Amino acid sequence: MTTLTVSSVHLGTPEAGRRSLLRDTGIVMTRELKPVLRDPFSLLFGMIQPLIFLGLFGPLLAGSMGGSLDGGVWQWFVPAILVMTTLFGTSATGANLLFEFQTGAHERMMVTPLSRSSLLVGRALKEMVPLLGQAVIVIAVMVPFGFDLHLDGALLGLALLAVFGIGLGSFSYALAIAVRKQDWMFWVVQQTFLFPLMILSGMLLPLETGPEWMRVASKFNPLSYLVDAERALFSGDVASMAVLWGWLAALITVALGLTVGIRTMLRSAT
Amino acid sequence: MISTRELTKDFVVSRTETVHAVRGISLDVEPGELVAVLGPNGAGKTTTLRMLTTLIAPTSGTAKVAGYDVAAEPGQVRRQIGYVGQGNGAGHSQRVSDELYGQGVIYGLDRRAARQRAEELLESLELKDLARRKVSELSGGQRRRLDVAMGLVHAPGLLFLDEPSTGLDPQNRANLWDHILRMREQYSMTIVLTTHYLDEADSMAERVVVVDHGEVIADDTADALKAKLAGDLLQLTIAPGNLQELARLADKLPGAKDLVAEGDRITVRVADGPAALPELITAAQHAGVPVATAQVHRPTLDDVFLNLTGRSLREADSTGKAAA
Repeated sequence: MTTLTVSSVHLGTPEAGRRSLLRDTGIVMTRELKPVLRDPFSLLFGMIQPLIFLGLFGPLLAGSMGGSLDGGVWQWFVPAILVMTTLFGTSATGANLLFEFQTGAHERMMVTPLSRSSLLVGRALKEMVPLLGQAVIVIAVMVPFGFDLHLDGALLGLALLAVFGIGLGSFSYALAIAVRKQDWMFWVVQQTFLFPLMILSGMLLPLETGPEWMRVASKFNPLSYLVDAERALFSGDVASMAVLWGWLAALITVALGLTVGIRTMLRSAT
Repeated sequence: MISTRELTKDFVVSRTETVHAVRGISLDVEPGELVAVLGPNGAGKTTTLRMLTTLIAPTSGTAKVAGYDVAAEPGQVRRQIGYVGQGNGAGHSQRVSDELYGQGVIYGLDRRAARQRAEELLESLELKDLARRKVSELSGGQRRRLDVAMGLVHAPGLLFLDEPSTGLDPQNRANLWDHILRMREQYSMTIVLTTHYLDEADSMAERVVVVDHGEVIADDTADALKAKLAGDLLQLTIAPGNLQELARLADKLPGAKDLVAEGDRITVRVADGPAALPELITAAQHAGVPVATAQVHRPTLDDVFLNLTGRSLREADSTGKAAA
């Protein structure tokens, strides 16, 4: 039994097509968020790794160098874990786009009048939602264990994470588009960058005790500045130089990421 | 509705290898037509469709779709057309109703209108019970109906379908076609589809464009193509008698070709089988040749393709590698 009422909506009229980048970006972001909102438990997927590091690596850290770390091990390690959550979550997000390349969903979006940039920017902006959700859970879990919450610093810290995450997410999407015809390359490149970036940021262990070349390399790693800034912010040290450097690193990341991402998206129609 | 001139697409594979996927296709489609683009894999069907839908830019030539140039005004073209690609348009992690609703919003409907439109399409494509399901949980046939629904959200005047029924079982194919044809009536849509199912092009399309190696090699109604390019096959056997005499008579029939006389049987292709058969039998009786059995086989589009290219459509699949 199927009846089709000829719909009262105005369809296919030219005026129905006035577009703005803002509106398009909103549409793409909303679409990306729907599965997260429909199934919030999916957030847990990205959290397993950080929580394991907190639970299994944290105590080791406390045992071996708890005394030498400013403000105790959790004040040092939890901000780093938030950066790690961001790093793992947003750098992998391109895989979602890659999947939509394969299924045909992305192609369907490309045939709509949505602006090409919005297809990238909307996706990238969405990244902040899961990462903030995950960050809040990590913080909530750690406060009972003696993690000291400075609200102003924490909020600024989360904002900083969001900006950085959007940038890194854009790079991940750009990578996905670039390797869409050899999809296995995505994980090769992602993993190749992920672990050096992570280790050379002083996220897990302080680099002060490492060899000279590692300390030099860390100076070229934007993630080092982010980790330092988050540590400062989460100890309530809102107005330090480290925070300023952190914002600079995040803003450069987001500017470069969006530029590269949008250009890759525009060029993907060959 | 569509007008292309010398449309070409080259894919540079490497420094020394360029695939000429489409080589100068000029095609006109009038409003209201239902056109099937038929050809083996790699013939350039999908590449042509992707150029017409602004998914890829032509290497040279022009194409006007729904009144707009695909290269100069892709945004306008996108607004006018509906497209159902080879893959699944709906995201696998999304809910059915969310994707339909979102598609409406993309095309400029307000929330209420988008919701109403999604409801209508769910109803008419028999997806209502699945509205809250995740796309990944749907069966192949259900997903395909959802794809068609997504392509129809903005009631486009022109709908492109890229191999709409590939991978569906016969029952689901028939069901999908019921929906497509009903929607076409409802919206007086022009439909262009690609297919490599011969019977599909044969039974559904009012016009068949045969493409091979990136070129249009034939373009007409299925009946006209068969009459012009293949002809009906007559098959007669005789009781012991003069086969050569029967062959001589058969050869004189209008459009007679491919005559084979062997044992007690002759086969011959003629322009109009149903008219030629009684004529031949009468002539044979006058000549004293006793005809034992007689059959007319209407040609298939595969016969047409075979006649045009010397290859069967089924065997031709391996010849093109890029741009399937």
